[in-house]
Amino acid sequence: MTERNERIYGVACTFRKVSDVYHAAEKVRDAGWKKWDVHTPFPIHGMDQAMGLPRSKVPRLTLLGGVTGFITGCLLTWYMNSYDYPLIVGGKPLWSPIYPFPVMYECTILFAAFGTFFGQFILNGLPRHHHPVFDLPQFARTSDDSFMIVLEATDEKFHLDESRNFLLSLGGQEITVIRD
Amino acid sequence: MAHAPQHSSERPEILDRVQPADLPRAELILNDRNFHWVTEKVCGIVEQPTPLWWKVTFAMALFVASFTGVGLFYLVSTGTGTWGLRPPVGWGWAIVNFVFWVGIGHAGTLISAILCLLRQKWRTSINRAAEAMTIFAVMCAGIFPLFHVGRVWLTWWLFPLPNQNAIWPQFRSPLEWDVFAVSTYFTVSTLFWYMGMVPDLGAIRDRAKTWWRKAFYSVLALGWRGGNRQWSNFEMAYLLLAGLSTPLVLSVHTIVSFDFAVSNLPGWHTTIFPPYFVAGAIFSGFAMVLTLMLPLRAIYRLHDVINQYHIDNMCKIILATGSMVGYAYATEFFIAAYSGNPYEKFAFINRAFGQYAWAYWIMVSCNVITPQLFWFKKVRENHSLVWIICLFVNVGMWFERFVITVTSLANDYLPSSWGYYSPTIVDIFTFFGTFGFFSVLFLLFVRFLPLLPMAEVKMVSPHANPHAH
Repeated sequence: MTERNERIYGVACTFRKVSDVYHAAEKVRDAGWKKWDVHTPFPIHGMDQAMGLPRSKVPRLTLLGGVTGFITGCLLTWYMNSYDYPLIVGGKPLWSPIYPFPVMYECTILFAAFGTFFGQFILNGLPRHHHPVFDLPQFARTSDDSFMIVLEATDEKFHLDESRNFLLSLGGQEITVIRD
Repeated sequence: MAHAPQHSSERPEILDRVQPADLPRAELILNDRNFHWVTEKVCGIVEQPTPLWWKVTFAMALFVASFTGVGLFYLVSTGTGTWGLRPPVGWGWAIVNFVFWVGIGHAGTLISAILCLLRQKWRTSINRAAEAMTIFAVMCAGIFPLFHVGRVWLTWWLFPLPNQNAIWPQFRSPLEWDVFAVSTYFTVSTLFWYMGMVPDLGAIRDRAKTWWRKAFYSVLALGWRGGNRQWSNFEMAYLLLAGLSTPLVLSVHTIVSFDFAVSNLPGWHTTIFPPYFVAGAIFSGFAMVLTLMLPLRAIYRLHDVINQYHIDNMCKIILATGSMVGYAYATEFFIAAYSGNPYEKFAFINRAFGQYAWAYWIMVSCNVITPQLFWFKKVRENHSLVWIICLFVNVGMWFERFVITVTSLANDYLPSSWGYYSPTIVDIFTFFGTFGFFSVLFLLFVRFLPLLPMAEVKMVSPHANPHAH
């Protein structure tokens, strides 16, 4: 990376049509870029493949949450109703996996949902209230009807002029440098 | 399969001449509206100056909600005896209202989760409002058990928290299962609703002009950037939450029905309760969705995104679940007769012809007969009529819970211990006010949060297909 690029976050360009940004993304992927992103107002079907993204890691956190929840449910009911304060009700066993099953079931779902919800935000690096792309005037429209490709300066392939020309060759408009 | 042709290469000639039927898919967004139109429409609701109708309705809703406040204040300051509960009916309006409101919530989760898994794209226009309805309905439901415990400041004993008596909750009780089911349901529904809303909050933030608006929506949007790397995780999380909410919503009303079914009372102790309750919940919930969405559609001119196809689908779900509920009523009678159990038989004859026959027949006419009108296209296209039928369904489903709860308790085994239950003015105040409480919350939602999920509506638009030309 050259010294000139130090204060630069990346370059951005916008597209007006879904099919344009989709095919442009395929070309960026094929050119071997690693640090770049496509800002869109809604998830575009097939964009993960067009960008060459791996499968999301959220399910692992969901599983972790679910397993934790199930074990929590088991331990909770066992500790409270059969160990710490043994209670005989209705001639049922002090602890069995049957009677507290609804509790275990709900705990599993609750913790799996926590894993999913917080996992999604952790993996996405949110909350983060400041980001260089927010400074771009054209960013605001990417939540409306515009699409934007951002090539980041931290990528090995990044070189300001070449990257600009590359975006131009993809058919992008409003090519802008993002300052960090 | 013994006679199946061995050589698949011998293709019958007719196959070349037969073409698959070209059935046009129903249009979800009419008039070929583009992405910007959707943004303007949804953000416009939040950005426009507060309309007069909103102020008037909000004031009315606050007034109605104050009835719950008065009812609860009187209850807490005087005692649970001010409700109409006395032997033999120890569970009156409190549980009826609780089950009624929880049931209403179920349609929201059905739309957001089950229809998402079934790839029903028409859900996108209504799912945000339906999820909001779920959350607010569960809040209304929660009021009743919390205050029914008598000393409301000790309701935290319901949760597995250490207390000075060193006693824990009793997990063999269906009421304790209910605590877990309903609180999990509320939490997960809220997470699901909020997560789905984050990108739309980002869209409102990006358009915000004033400082306070920018600050408010920036905080809520958590810095969402809409990058596809974020969408990828978001989509996966959304699908997983849908997958988690589906068994959750089915379990919630199942467990609510266990409150009854696990007891030994004739008319309650039946295995049909879980599916019957879940069908009833979806039935009443969809009626409530239509009750709310039809006026909103007219006020905000959402005819292009909530069109006749959406309304048709909802009417058909009401028809299907209403018929299931009707079938369940019939099955209950059959099983009561077939069981040979005299108490069970009596419980059902008493429901239809006993002292609460009036409530039973209100229930049957509202739940079984009225929704049958939805067989007719003319009815489904007459939105005033649809709205009125939905009100009937709401009334009918309240009466269903009343009939189940009260008839079984008022006339159980020993005629010497029979009684007749009626609510007191405190019961009526508390329940009436919950409609105001619900409306207050829903109106705040309509005013300040994105009513339609913009990103999802755009996603199902034909313009969103990257392979279209």
